[in-house]
Amino acid sequence: MGNSSSMLTQYDIEEVQEHCNHAFSQQETVSLYQRFCQLDRSSGGFISADEFLSVPEFAVNPLAQRLLRTVDGLNFKEFVAFLSAFSPRATLQQKIEFIFKVYDSDGKGSVSFKDLLDVLRDLTGHFISEEQREQVLKQVLEEAGYRKDSSLVFADFVKILGNPGLKMEVEVPVD
Amino acid sequence: MSDPGKLNTSSSELDLDRPNIEDYLPSGTSIHEPHGQLRLRDLLDISPTLTEAAGAIIDDSFTRCFKSNPPEPWNWNVYLFPLWCCGVVVRYGILFPVRVIVLAIGWIIFLSAYIPVHVLLKGHDKLRKKIERYLVELICSFFVASWTGVVKYHGPRPSMRPKQVFVSNHTSMIDFIVLEQMTPFAVIMQKHPGWVGLLQSTILDSLGCIWFNRSEAKDRETVAKKLRDHVQGSDNNPLLIFPEGTCVNNHYTVMFKKGAFELGCTVCPIAVKYNKIFVDAFWNSRKQSFTMHLLQLMTSWAVVCDVWYLEPQTLKPGETAIEFAERVRDIISVRAGLKMVPWDGYLKYSRPSPKHREQKQQSFAETILRRLEEQ
Repeated sequence: MGNSSSMLTQYDIEEVQEHCNHAFSQQETVSLYQRFCQLDRSSGGFISADEFLSVPEFAVNPLAQRLLRTVDGLNFKEFVAFLSAFSPRATLQQKIEFIFKVYDSDGKGSVSFKDLLDVLRDLTGHFISEEQREQVLKQVLEEAGYRKDSSLVFADFVKILGNPGLKMEVEVPVD
Repeated sequence: MSDPGKLNTSSSELDLDRPNIEDYLPSGTSIHEPHGQLRLRDLLDISPTLTEAAGAIIDDSFTRCFKSNPPEPWNWNVYLFPLWCCGVVVRYGILFPVRVIVLAIGWIIFLSAYIPVHVLLKGHDKLRKKIERYLVELICSFFVASWTGVVKYHGPRPSMRPKQVFVSNHTSMIDFIVLEQMTPFAVIMQKHPGWVGLLQSTILDSLGCIWFNRSEAKDRETVAKKLRDHVQGSDNNPLLIFPEGTCVNNHYTVMFKKGAFELGCTVCPIAVKYNKIFVDAFWNSRKQSFTMHLLQLMTSWAVVCDVWYLEPQTLKPGETAIEFAERVRDIISVRAGLKMVPWDGYLKYSRPSPKHREQKQQSFAETILRRLEEQ
């Protein structure tokens, strides 16, 4: 398997921390590296979609395919940056930004009705009909003061999700 | 490698009465059930699902089962390092050759007795089988001696009776050798290539062992039938099954396959726990071949393990095969100090069935529909 580069130097750790705005402590960064090497079975320096899907707990997640688009082929630095939104040190802004990016899959900077529908479909599968989904979305959008054809921008997300905040944290096991 | 999601989904038990995975995952991660009018925020806030995904990426109970944990290096010290070097010299230079010789002698004795008996006593089956059983126990003892195996057996020795099967947790193929040393089990195993396969088709076949092939879909029915036939016969060797279906790292147990538990006979659990003091007996089949694994064992000081023969269990009235399997798994895990995880061992080779994802989708969908009706 050749995990010959499984020792991170201090310089590497600090570079990664810079990149993710110190969301993780040094210990946590080292743990994340061990996890990264464990998932990167082909030792290619990045985790492929297939290697992510070999974690059953991830594969059964309804948003797995959507997340794979972002997370496929990330190197370690980008991997940590991706996970930084889940650190307890991450700001609410960073968390909302992460959610926004999940919705805004084409990176346009705005989330259309179609994007909202796509995510809702991932979450509900075939247990709600397509018409019901559209109806529900239209209803809640209008109730919040938006129209069906209006796109949401980041500021809208902040307004909707900002109060009373989000609970989106994962603990990195440090042995 | 195949495209993500194109790998065939797990064909093992997809029954809806399997234990609920949510019971095992950390609480508080499942989507909470709010009430009141459905708002945009409720649909937009995907943070619980995202948290679950990130949690799985960072650490998951399935991968932990197959991690070989390397021991902490203890020899980086002026005093200990030379001692450790002496140890290496002794292990590789003295112990290993001696063990190879012992094993070679064992094989010579075994083959020179087994082949004549097998050929000449063709007509006298009962006598032949008796001698062959004894010889197999002998060669297994030689194997165990070749790693300086220190095995402590607890509990009453298995008896040769019909209508009983033995089940055990699985850490390495040497589990079979350690158990076989004491009792001539007939085991059900994956057919392997190479020299192991050769041994399987010749010697182990005469014990009444049954082979299966994981990758063949139709295989399961044929094997199930062979199992049923075997346990009915009174003269057959007691059947040993490893219901996990794959080697696990001896800290966890994965879900037991129900096949062994629906044969209508008594199930006798066996718990095997290896002491990692000298060597880790976990065979990580993704990392090393069996030959390398054996060599690793033969160049260590000793293989220490405990074997507990536990109280035979029968299916309780009203219990399904899966519940029975889980109950026995609990008994074995408690005895050997292993943690139970809700995953199917075959997920090493295939993707989880869409049923799990659909369960999550269904519960979320029902929440939405319910709240819509409340408005």
